[in-house]
Amino acid sequence: MRGKTLIVLCGLAAALLARNLYVMLLELPDEAAQGPIFRIIFFHVPAAWTAFLAFLGAAGASLLYLLRKDLRYDAFAVALTEVGLAFAAANLATGMIWGRIIWGIWWTWDPRLTSMLVCWVLYAGYLTLRHAVEEPGQRARVAAVVSILACVDVPIVFFSIRWWRTQHPQPVVWGGGSMDPAYWNMLFLNWIPLLLLGAVLTALRMRQESWQREIEGLRRRAHAL
Amino acid sequence: MTAPAGPSALESAVEPAVRRPAGFLRSALTVALKDLRAELRTKDALNASLAFSVVILLLFSFAFDPSVEETRALAGGLLWLVFAFAGALVWNRSFARELPNDCLEGLLAAPISGAALYAGKAAANWLLLMAVELAGLAVFGVFYNTAWTSRFWPLLGVLALGTWAMTVVGTLFSALTVNLRLRELMLPLLVYPMLIPALLAAIQLTGPLALGQPAPAEVLVWLRLLGAFDIIFTALSLALVEAVLVG
Amino acid sequence: MSALELEEVWKFYGDFPALRGITMRFDPGACLALLGRNGAGKSTLLRILAGLSRAGRGQVRVLGADPRERQARARIGVLGHGLSLYEELSALENLTLFGKLYNLAEPGRQARRWLERIGLESAGDALVREFSRGMRQRLAIARAFLHEPELLLLDEPFTALDDRAVAVLQELLGEARRKGRTVVLSTHQLREALEPASHVALLVRGRLAYAGERRREMLEDAGWLYRTYGEGT
Repeated sequence: MRGKTLIVLCGLAAALLARNLYVMLLELPDEAAQGPIFRIIFFHVPAAWTAFLAFLGAAGASLLYLLRKDLRYDAFAVALTEVGLAFAAANLATGMIWGRIIWGIWWTWDPRLTSMLVCWVLYAGYLTLRHAVEEPGQRARVAAVVSILACVDVPIVFFSIRWWRTQHPQPVVWGGGSMDPAYWNMLFLNWIPLLLLGAVLTALRMRQESWQREIEGLRRRAHAL
Repeated sequence: MTAPAGPSALESAVEPAVRRPAGFLRSALTVALKDLRAELRTKDALNASLAFSVVILLLFSFAFDPSVEETRALAGGLLWLVFAFAGALVWNRSFARELPNDCLEGLLAAPISGAALYAGKAAANWLLLMAVELAGLAVFGVFYNTAWTSRFWPLLGVLALGTWAMTVVGTLFSALTVNLRLRELMLPLLVYPMLIPALLAAIQLTGPLALGQPAPAEVLVWLRLLGAFDIIFTALSLALVEAVLVG
Repeated sequence: MSALELEEVWKFYGDFPALRGITMRFDPGACLALLGRNGAGKSTLLRILAGLSRAGRGQVRVLGADPRERQARARIGVLGHGLSLYEELSALENLTLFGKLYNLAEPGRQARRWLERIGLESAGDALVREFSRGMRQRLAIARAFLHEPELLLLDEPFTALDDRAVAVLQELLGEARRKGRTVVLSTHQLREALEPASHVALLVRGRLAYAGERRREMLEDAGWLYRTYGEGT
């Protein structure tokens, strides 16, 4: 993506975010049981959705790499994964803050936070693996396989840990607990700026990755002479 | 006119006709038997895993006193932690044993598919790990004084499924990390997080069985999860291993 | 049907081209000496021909098929730097293993026959771990020729061979040529490679500088080939 497009997207994201914050803080009423901190859910949940989308996209890019052997797909995969990790971390952080305020403890082994932590570790492993492989073609191949496996593992992790524990309040999107339609709208509305932000970060990271590869290539050529 | 005779002694001394490559199962079996023979001769991984399992069980019995009733509830978790750690020693060797003398190249140049090579190694690893686990289970029974033998067959079934899950993922990552530096670190860093659903299921199923109690009603859910995990990851691994092995 | 056919083959390690636009074609029965300095791409090319590695771009056909196809690999024999022998298995077990992998009928019997041929019949049950270097080399040679391959890919086969192993290899190469098999030999040692060769291919920094018949000048003057076709000194 060109620089101008990125700036426009950033601006759009900022504007939406500002508008949402205004609505969140001033117009929406507090939730009955949880008070003002409830608003953190408007970042906590969309961050998770963004992370999942990113991981899914990374797996798709990885599959395309294995089929086409074009290193740009690999750059896309690593960029998406890093962005996904960032949003997963945001999800974990907001979840922990919320838990601390509501229940007084930093970590409760509730299913969704636990599952997200496992996913985070999985993809952190993906990044660590990339650092251990020098040759770009081998690195891309190996990372692609791990990305696909990790992506398939994500839903399995979530289901298994959910069956194992139940302490989180009813999942609001997957059925179970109900939510005021105004809150629903805000969840989706706030997802948009997060997605835009994710797209911008991915584009920036991809650009950085292609420069990195160019430098590595030049270095290798310099050594060979 | 006499009917044409079969290949004469002279013909069989001359070069054989072009053969078809061996099928998947035969190739996998050849590789599996080769690995087992090599391992049983040197017993490197086997001894290490066995010793490791016993020592960890010993350490656990200091950390989690077997005579206390509450810790007996941890039985399933303890066992699978031991199996998972011991397993790492087995998978690590799996493709690493092909490194000396570039044996991996010899195997890859042979007319067997990457999937057959992988399947053979996974099968061999599974057998080795099952042997280690059964030994570990025996030691556990002694230390924790449990009547697991009364639940032997269901327990064996759970062990088989859980070990297959570990082996499928562990062997694939063994192939993936075979010529990476920090191989020993990569394997546990990548494998264990991926195995969490399978380990969870195996622990839930093993817990009561290892103590000689019948499995609870909700067991079907975990059994299905473990089965699904096994099938999905076996299929994925067989499909992806070729990309891992040949660049 | 040609034995080897490469068309515009490129191989990249990241963005670095190890092979650049290699195009060549050789008929069955050729004995090709693959020459080039270190890093020129000889091993890379051999690995692609053996099916151990995939070309980045271009077409590769070996005995009429893609080298990654199992049908092709069944008719190819490979001898690399590492000898591909299992230390913890015996000589007989090693050969029987590869016999089974190459789907020979009666792999055990073939293995024994070959052990006799290379003079290791008395050491058949000894573990390779206990073998001397020369014995291992002979065993590795047997492993490569075991399944009577139509195409032989040998990466610097004469390097550090003892006299007996050299004799075995030369005898087998001679027999292969008589049977019309194709041989590709990569090497530094010009003399030894050029003598049995009918054709020569020279790789210079990943490019094919020469591919054709062996000429008299190459045999008479060791440096002629590099001077005429190589770049620089």
